[in-house]
Amino acid sequence: MSAGRGRTSRGPGRGDGAPPVLEARGIVKRFGHVEALRGADFAVHRGEVVALIGDNGAGKSTLIKVLSGAQPQDGGEILVDGRPQRFGSPLDARRAGVETVYQDLAVADDLSVAANLYLGREIRRRGLPGRLGLLDKRAMRRGAAAALEQLGVRVPRVTTPIAMLSGGQRQSVAVARAVVWATSVVILDEPTAALGVVQTARVLEVIERARDAGRSVVLVSHNMPQVLEVADRVEVMRLGRRTARFRAADVTTDDLVAAMTGALATEPEDAADLH
Amino acid sequence: MPVSRSPRPDPSATAATAVESVTGARDRFRESLREHLSSAVSEFTAATALIVLFVALSLASPHFLTADNLFNIGSQTAVIAIIAVAQTMIIITKGIDLSVGAVAALAGVVGAIVVRDLGFTVWEATAVAVGVGASAGLVNGLLIAGARLPPFIATLGMMSAGRGLVFIITGAVGVYSLPESFQLLGNGEIAGVPFAVAVTAAVALGSAFLLSQTRFGQYVYAMGSNMEAARRSGIAVRRHLTAVYVLAGALVGLGGMVAASRVNSGQPNYGIGLELDVIAAAVIGGASLFGGQGRIAGTLIGAFLIAVVRNGSVLLDISIHYQQVIVGLIIWAAVYFDQFRRRRLEARG
Repeated sequence: MSAGRGRTSRGPGRGDGAPPVLEARGIVKRFGHVEALRGADFAVHRGEVVALIGDNGAGKSTLIKVLSGAQPQDGGEILVDGRPQRFGSPLDARRAGVETVYQDLAVADDLSVAANLYLGREIRRRGLPGRLGLLDKRAMRRGAAAALEQLGVRVPRVTTPIAMLSGGQRQSVAVARAVVWATSVVILDEPTAALGVVQTARVLEVIERARDAGRSVVLVSHNMPQVLEVADRVEVMRLGRRTARFRAADVTTDDLVAAMTGALATEPEDAADLH
Repeated sequence: MPVSRSPRPDPSATAATAVESVTGARDRFRESLREHLSSAVSEFTAATALIVLFVALSLASPHFLTADNLFNIGSQTAVIAIIAVAQTMIIITKGIDLSVGAVAALAGVVGAIVVRDLGFTVWEATAVAVGVGASAGLVNGLLIAGARLPPFIATLGMMSAGRGLVFIITGAVGVYSLPESFQLLGNGEIAGVPFAVAVTAAVALGSAFLLSQTRFGQYVYAMGSNMEAARRSGIAVRRHLTAVYVLAGALVGLGGMVAASRVNSGQPNYGIGLELDVIAAAVIGGASLFGGQGRIAGTLIGAFLIAVVRNGSVLLDISIHYQQVIVGLIIWAAVYFDQFRRRRLEARG
């Protein structure tokens, strides 16, 4: 599946002067007395796949929840295309072009593939019937088939209920749904944690196609070889802060593990004292 | 859909696809057939059972296949069917409504009282009954979607409170001395068809259309299938779930009025145990108590099956106690087949 991917030919999008499509600066998030994020930074540029890694409890999931609007931060700011944004709810994030695929599948099993792709954004018929709530099912079937084709997601048919798909197909549909609607960033929280080898390869292929289609992808993963295979850059979190940044081409699995455990850091230490 | 990049033709992929499409066409057909069959399988099973029962009863009793009796079965089915349609919508959302019997009685009694005491016509009274049902549904909906009570508990409370209200309003005495016109809804006919059957047909067609063709219907299935996914997709879950209970309540009110009209009185004891019959009808027709599945066509067959069992039992002089046992057996069989079908589908996935 990696044939012709050509990561080397495509820069990670930095250095062209454009601000990151999504950036977090000095994010603080507290749960009672526990400070889950202690001035966390994060950035993803247009058209790049950034892996967000860190040990359990490093604050990855919390940062993802802040970036997707699920849990508003207590301090720091989120910038979209360089402009500060307030993400008070997942809807705010989605309006800003940020779509998230959560760890537990957010699909409706009894609905068809097409219905899931359009869930919450159904196409209605034109004119009065549409205003009365009538669905244009044919348009949705066609749109879903076209979108899945472009992303290389294979399902028996778009009218198949999700319950009849394999785990990999389901996850691919969930990822495709986010990719299709995200105008800038797709956030994936452990998208392959529950999948087998072949199914994982399928999902990674969808991620690569999403990047090829101009989306930025944030990938949270525990799987180091996978991270190095699919990501352009890696950002490492430790104890609620970003401690290291790498270009994926320049590092080894050992480097990543060292960064996760605190043996290696690329970020200035004083960043910790900012707050 | 805003995917900007056009697919890049990759020669090796095209070749692979070509090979796959030759062997794949047959598989796809089989796949498609399987999907359609699987969604209709409980309906098919229930319809077969209904036909077998129909033939058996025609042979067993000379009174079964008569115009009078069929008319009777029709209007008997009507009440169960209208309320079972309401129950089906709720079951699809992964809910359940135990209060349908009490609410139907309340609506019927209030409908009878406004005719007797306030001189309302039967049609005006029907509108009042529908309003009573919708109000009860609104309370259920607010308790479930707003206060987050489990549907079983919320409607169990409404079952008790509603029934209590019926007894308070009537003093536990039936509402009689109604004009003959009160019977129009339940016992009248148009062109040889019981009026109640025509009403049921309209309710069923409207509900089937709503569930299968509109965005609201799509959300009903989505909420029952995965409430969290529906919420994260930006669906206003609270509002839509409440609306389902209001709509179902309105239909229950209508059903209660039809029932009162059939016996030309408001009966405070009407509908005790009715919730079991309509839940059975929905489940026999393929609605899943786990949510996300169910169709009006199946529910109609289920309602008809139950009405025929009841009617046939009377004709064959089988006691009401045995009827209960028979309905129980049917429910077990229906759910067993449903789970069997589901396991087979999931084993494939």
